[in-house]
Amino acid sequence: MCGAKAGGPDLAGVDVAKETIIQGSVTRNGEPVNGYVRLLDDNGDFTAEVPTSATGQFRFFARPGNWTLRALVPGATVDRTVVASLGVQTEVGIAV
Amino acid sequence: MSRSDVLVDADWVQAHLSDPKVVIVEVDEDTSAYEKNHIRNAVRIDWKRDLQDPVRRDFVDQAGFEALLSAKGIANDDTVVLYGGNNNWFASYAYWYFKLYGHGDVRLLDGGRKKWELDSRELVVEVPERAVTEYKAQAQNKAIRAFRDDVLAAIGKLNLVDVRSPDEFSGKLLAPAHLPQEQSQRPGHVPSARNIPWAKNANDDGTFKSDEELTKLYAGEGVDLAKDTIAYCRIGERSALTWFVLHELLGQQNVKNYDGSWTEYGSLVGVPIELGN
Repeated sequence: MCGAKAGGPDLAGVDVAKETIIQGSVTRNGEPVNGYVRLLDDNGDFTAEVPTSATGQFRFFARPGNWTLRALVPGATVDRTVVASLGVQTEVGIAV
Repeated sequence: MSRSDVLVDADWVQAHLSDPKVVIVEVDEDTSAYEKNHIRNAVRIDWKRDLQDPVRRDFVDQAGFEALLSAKGIANDDTVVLYGGNNNWFASYAYWYFKLYGHGDVRLLDGGRKKWELDSRELVVEVPERAVTEYKAQAQNKAIRAFRDDVLAAIGKLNLVDVRSPDEFSGKLLAPAHLPQEQSQRPGHVPSARNIPWAKNANDDGTFKSDEELTKLYAGEGVDLAKDTIAYCRIGERSALTWFVLHELLGQQNVKNYDGSWTEYGSLVGVPIELGN
């Protein structure tokens, strides 16, 4: 969506220097998709899940290290690995 | 009690959308999700505004629960079907809450809102109108609710099941990773608790695993189901889901949910805490 801010709504009130943020969007043919994104740890264990926003965006407050993002949308499941760092907003685009 | 007495699938709900004795209730962590859309004829219960005392940290009392359900148009002999986002975390919490106040027939929609959405089933914005009732609740059933002293007394003696993610259990995270990490409590877990994350009870689409898989899970984790069990998480909603699995699906009688959970325990002065795996 034009003008949509990366990661979704702003982070007002959140001390981003203390957070390890993983955020991004889920798209199909460049268009946002409504679905869910799961955050799995380096053992593949579930850590969190969020529904995507109206603009296909998601955000997690994780810890530094290796993670897997799993996008669940009608008819498809897509995994992406990501390395997150403290104080950094790591952007991940997931095409399904 | 059989699985179908406490758990219904989407086809069952679809067939009962207009059944006057079936009340479909959405309960979400994101309490605005209902306003975006919901299952046809579903009413909303707001887990914060409707179920919590507005001042103290506790639940609405028996009279408050009666007033709530009366206003929502729910009668004592209605079948209540709860569903919500986050793999039914807060719907499970509401289920446990309905049982706490003695509602007869309450069930969960397997997979909750997520499965319904992933199956591309109908969602609407129209809000139904239900005539008010005169709901009568029972006194709280304390046999299914644990308090902090119960948890302290259970250390090393009863089953303590910490259903948070491994990173919350070990102390690396203080909250589920979709929330900013709070700093008000100490990280870690109750000594002697086993970490069996709630997610191990469910498939990716939010539906519960089979009774056989669930029995195998808890046996494999060394939980002696002959002993009493207390489940906890951060605020008691994910552990309500595990309570549902142990008490309602697997039929274990002596299972309590500790709704104070880590936000209470991790803030207590002088209690033992363990870090790491």
